[in-house]
Amino acid sequence: MNIPIIPETASSVRTTCPYCGVGCGVRATVHADGTTEISGDTQHPANAGRLCVKGSALDETIGLDGRLLYPHMRDSSTSNLQRTSWNQALDTVAQGFSDIIKRHGPDAVAFYVSGQLLTEDYYIANKLMKGYIGSANIDTNSRLCMSSAVAGHKRAFGADLMPVCYEDLELADLVVLIGSNTAWCHPVLFQRIAKIRETRPAMKLVVIDPRRTATCELADLHLPVKAGTDVWLFNGLLHYLSQHGKTDAAFVAAHTNGLDEALAAAAASSADPLTVAKICKVNVRDLLAFYDLFASTEKVVSAFSQGVNQSSAGTDKVNSIINCHLLSGRIGRPGMGPFSITGQPNAMGGREVGGLANMLAAHMDLDNPAHRQTVQTFWNAPRIADKPGLKAVDLFQAIEQGKVKAVWIMATNPVVSLPDADQVQRALARCELVVVSDITEKTDTNDYAHVLLPALGWGEKDGTVTNSERRISRQRPFLSPPGEARADWQILCSVAQRMGFDGFRYQSVHEIFDEHARLTAHDNAAENTGRQPRLLNLSGLCGMSKTQFNAMQPVQWPVMPAAHDEPQGTQRLFTDHHFVHPDGKARFIPTAPRTPKNMPDQDYPLSLNTGRVRDQWHTMTRSGKSPKLNNHITESFIDMHPQDALLCGVREGSLARVSSPWGAMVARVQHGGGIPRGSIFVPIHWNNQSASDARIGAVVNPVVDPISGEPEFKHTPVRVEEFPVSWHGFILSRHDLALGEIAHWGRIQGRALTHYEVAGRNQISHHGQWARQLFGIHDPDADWLEYEDKTAAIYRAVHIRDDRIESCLFLSPRPDLPSRTWLASLFAKDMLEEADRVGLLIGQPIEKGIDTGSTICSCFGVGRNTICDTIRQQNITSVAQVTSCLKAGGNCGSCVPEIKKLLELTMAATEEN
Amino acid sequence: MLRSAGTFGTCLSGAYQQPTGLDRHMTAMQTGKTKPALVVIGNGMAGMRTVEELHKLAPDLYDITVFGAEPYGNYNRILLSPLLAGDKKMDDIMLHTREWYRQHQITLHTSDPVVAIDRRRRTVRSRAGIEVTYDRLLLATGSTPFIIPVPGHQLPGVIAFRDIQDVETMLQTARSHRHAVVIGGGLLGLEAANGLLRQGMEVTVVHVCGSLMERQLDTAAAQLLKKALEQKGMRFLLDTNTSEIVGSERVTAVRFQDGSEIPADLVVMTAGVRPNIALAKQAGLHCERAIVVDDTLQTYDPRIYAVGECVQHRMATFGLVAPIWDQARVCGAHLAGAGHRRYVQQATATKLKVTGVDLYSAGNFIGGEGSEDLVMRDPRRGIYKRLVLKDNQIIGAVLYGDVKDGPWYFELIQNQTDISALRNQLLFGQALCSEAA
Repeated sequence: MNIPIIPETASSVRTTCPYCGVGCGVRATVHADGTTEISGDTQHPANAGRLCVKGSALDETIGLDGRLLYPHMRDSSTSNLQRTSWNQALDTVAQGFSDIIKRHGPDAVAFYVSGQLLTEDYYIANKLMKGYIGSANIDTNSRLCMSSAVAGHKRAFGADLMPVCYEDLELADLVVLIGSNTAWCHPVLFQRIAKIRETRPAMKLVVIDPRRTATCELADLHLPVKAGTDVWLFNGLLHYLSQHGKTDAAFVAAHTNGLDEALAAAAASSADPLTVAKICKVNVRDLLAFYDLFASTEKVVSAFSQGVNQSSAGTDKVNSIINCHLLSGRIGRPGMGPFSITGQPNAMGGREVGGLANMLAAHMDLDNPAHRQTVQTFWNAPRIADKPGLKAVDLFQAIEQGKVKAVWIMATNPVVSLPDADQVQRALARCELVVVSDITEKTDTNDYAHVLLPALGWGEKDGTVTNSERRISRQRPFLSPPGEARADWQILCSVAQRMGFDGFRYQSVHEIFDEHARLTAHDNAAENTGRQPRLLNLSGLCGMSKTQFNAMQPVQWPVMPAAHDEPQGTQRLFTDHHFVHPDGKARFIPTAPRTPKNMPDQDYPLSLNTGRVRDQWHTMTRSGKSPKLNNHITESFIDMHPQDALLCGVREGSLARVSSPWGAMVARVQHGGGIPRGSIFVPIHWNNQSASDARIGAVVNPVVDPISGEPEFKHTPVRVEEFPVSWHGFILSRHDLALGEIAHWGRIQGRALTHYEVAGRNQISHHGQWARQLFGIHDPDADWLEYEDKTAAIYRAVHIRDDRIESCLFLSPRPDLPSRTWLASLFAKDMLEEADRVGLLIGQPIEKGIDTGSTICSCFGVGRNTICDTIRQQNITSVAQVTSCLKAGGNCGSCVPEIKKLLELTMAATEEN
Repeated sequence: MLRSAGTFGTCLSGAYQQPTGLDRHMTAMQTGKTKPALVVIGNGMAGMRTVEELHKLAPDLYDITVFGAEPYGNYNRILLSPLLAGDKKMDDIMLHTREWYRQHQITLHTSDPVVAIDRRRRTVRSRAGIEVTYDRLLLATGSTPFIIPVPGHQLPGVIAFRDIQDVETMLQTARSHRHAVVIGGGLLGLEAANGLLRQGMEVTVVHVCGSLMERQLDTAAAQLLKKALEQKGMRFLLDTNTSEIVGSERVTAVRFQDGSEIPADLVVMTAGVRPNIALAKQAGLHCERAIVVDDTLQTYDPRIYAVGECVQHRMATFGLVAPIWDQARVCGAHLAGAGHRRYVQQATATKLKVTGVDLYSAGNFIGGEGSEDLVMRDPRRGIYKRLVLKDNQIIGAVLYGDVKDGPWYFELIQNQTDISALRNQLLFGQALCSEAA
């Protein structure tokens, strides 16, 4: 366990959730026994006390198991990572980088950082790279999620500005969710929408997404557009608005440029709704219903996320959406505007300090000499990067080509998350110096590290993050640094100093924040510069004392100095219709639609879509530690249409291999019911630590948007084929096991157990021997129960020690194994009862009805069967009734769409009977 | 049944002609107002059960005479074990009292075995010289325990475990002596050993095989059984051949082939039985290992039937009660002239009658070509279950520790139920399977 900073009972710290871009306030209460209680911060404006299931389970992710606690270096003779001292490690990094810079110039080194970093960490990384090393080779995993939105904002508004606030979602009469499974990926925002719709039933929700996701359960209209056709759709909308006179001519005339070109482009591609409907593969009536609804509703928020951004036409998609808001003048007013929902907790903060290869700092531009001058002067830096650096995908290609020879990866796992992820492995394998800072000891990326540095994790680190509505919130520590772990900014500063750079002598994180705030205000007044002022301005937050910084309340930028004590944040941008292009006007961008770069063909007939699942985060280094979260979806999967499965010769529940020209992965086929024909969906989270071969990144094509450099994660031509195995099985064990060579495995952290899903091709001649060996049982008198159907190759064994279940193993040639839920629950018992023992080999309790099924509500641990049974028995007709009976859905509410679906299914089934 | 008709055409045609002959004969006898005579040789369970079955169908058809070697009415031999163990009393095990014979007008000669059959004259003669003519003769001579002919096997104190006399000997010896040796670790031997143990003797079971009850149990179950019996105090010498019974006045020890010796005041031989066929052979009836009968339990002489442990039907001989009940039913029907039944060998089930040991064995537990096994082991709870499947049917079952589903499995065996749909739950019992269904 970490050592809590505040050991008294009931002392709590207000901090911010480290998962998605909603940026919910969290209250962490550390109890005297060292346990931590997590609750939503009722005073935080983003969530007002709500938390999604991931946030609620944060306490299960802060344990020290699997933590990287000490610096390590790869021993040249054994090529194993060996523990080393900080001095040694830092010297190696500093010398390595200096050396390579001396030999090959500053562009031969790079940082690849992350939206998981705090703003202050980001600030230092950017300052070191751009101002001192003199290269712009710092890019971030934010490139993978919202760089198209950044580019779109810059093209339309002149800077990376997000005009709206969360409240606008509640004030709108129409919310359009585009390429966003908000219910699963930004649950608290979705709950805010759902809640307000209860009081304002007239408010409409339209979801535009190729998949019928959980988000669609609450939608009035779902447009299942074909992947990659969004620009046709929104060009059509722009044309429709123009044709039907639903424009704000005065606004357009006074505050925008470029309408004619944009309209011409729209008319060229999308003048005919029938054609648009055909291209987008949606029902033309639905399409027109959407156009009409948009046209006739004044207060519209168009919220978009990765489904828009992760595309080779991502930037155009963003602009095609913004165009519609500009034409109708729906921007800068309550309840309306385009809204980029960011994926990561601090993607916005990273953008603010210039954490992308094509930005400078404080929303200043690399290609603007005046901006470069401003920043260099402010930093008093020896040099300043003067051209954009390598963006994520290009960066790793440059590493493989030997152009970049040293890379420092911080708080991200590119071997899992980048497209063409096998290429990332090749690149790192040949890279001269790979430095990795992380909180986790074993990740797919750490395998390639020469130097491994232990960083602080959530609950330990201190600083700020910015959420999707520009709100800066404090992440505050409540646990002391474990082992020798250090804050990322400290590690960076130590290396910078060892490289001989001044300007990195910070005593505490608040000094960095202050410097960042001052930079945003520096040289940033119209009267001084004659230029458009930069809207990112934190002058109201400059000069805070450490105490003031510690007490800082969540605030939305721009933050101007206030007459009174409290700094004044800004809820909405562009309320004065003033944009930040030199002419102060917004720009329409003509968007000529184009299909995804690689289209399906005979060899790769399906298109791959990737994304998140509800209860996991990124590459699972944290969420994967939580048994509660692992209960929802235990394994990676390939969601596909049953007819496609038939054509591919795969069946639900069995394993299949997805491959593209770039790579392959293996997962279990499922028919979730939300996938149109011709495409499949695979989640992004699983990796080499959690499964034998589940890195979907390896399959994704390394195609990027030409402007934003954001990869096309939502569209890769693939084929699906059977992954033949001769047996399937699962293992639950109190201890981690060495599985050895096994064709397929998945590892799931459970409560007091590790759960493995396994499948093999080898013939096991003696199941009993094999199993005993696997569990390391040599005592012939061990309490060992087994069931064997030798010819059918079915084998089950349970090992009990001192009346406590120690491990169990179920094997079958088919994937039709019993439910793991009940067996897993037995691990919580110190003593098995007789009735439990009887059911062990059956894998279910002998008394009927105790198997609650897969967990639907993770908060209260309510299973599917329990919900369905209750619905039937109580004749329940609404989710609220389910909640009042079972509590399910009553906490975070992220399972409400699933409950709703169960309600429909159960009610339909009851009617049939 | 159709299947057996094809294979055993000869037997069937012989049996088919039989009722016609009987009818003609009986008509003649009835008109003469004298009942035909049925003589039963053997006052045991098989013979008397057949008479009972006959009575159900045709109570007044025959004048019946029964000869028995033992001095009792008919008793349930199976219950000798509980009698020995003290769980049952003599009255509890009597099936037919002398009163019953009187009521049914059956002439009973006890302690008087038949010594000769004259088939030409259709008469039997007893040891006491009683000669009776028969129209139908039923051989139910049973079997004799096999006494291993080692030196000393005739010494006083060496007995079998076959009848009430043996039980009485054992009970008496237990009162005055200490060491008992049971030779033969089959079902009967273990029951005898258990009984003697219960009577306070120190009991060693000597068995030539390495595994107890090898005809009913696989080695895994036998291991569990051995362990359980050892815990009760029983001792075992497995893989052990007896070479001599030592003693002068009476038995004092048992010596083995390896030269070792253990003290013995009582030796119970339970090393199998031999069908009693001397009488039949002497009468010229066709015998192999036992008296050969067809599917109607008729011997090669159409007037003579045979049932029980003395018969051989389709290469098989019998020791358990269930098939003998079946034989009695078929034979009784044929004697009654309602002879449409055929005896079909069925799987058999065994339960060991030892308190605290739950053991159930049914059917063919060895399996063989094309058979499949479902096995479950929970040694800590003392549970072992094995089902033998063939062609999606259960053909055998061995249950140890948890036998509650034994009868259900037995039913599935007998009904030849296709279990493919239940296969994955089958071993976990009927409750779960019916839930799943």
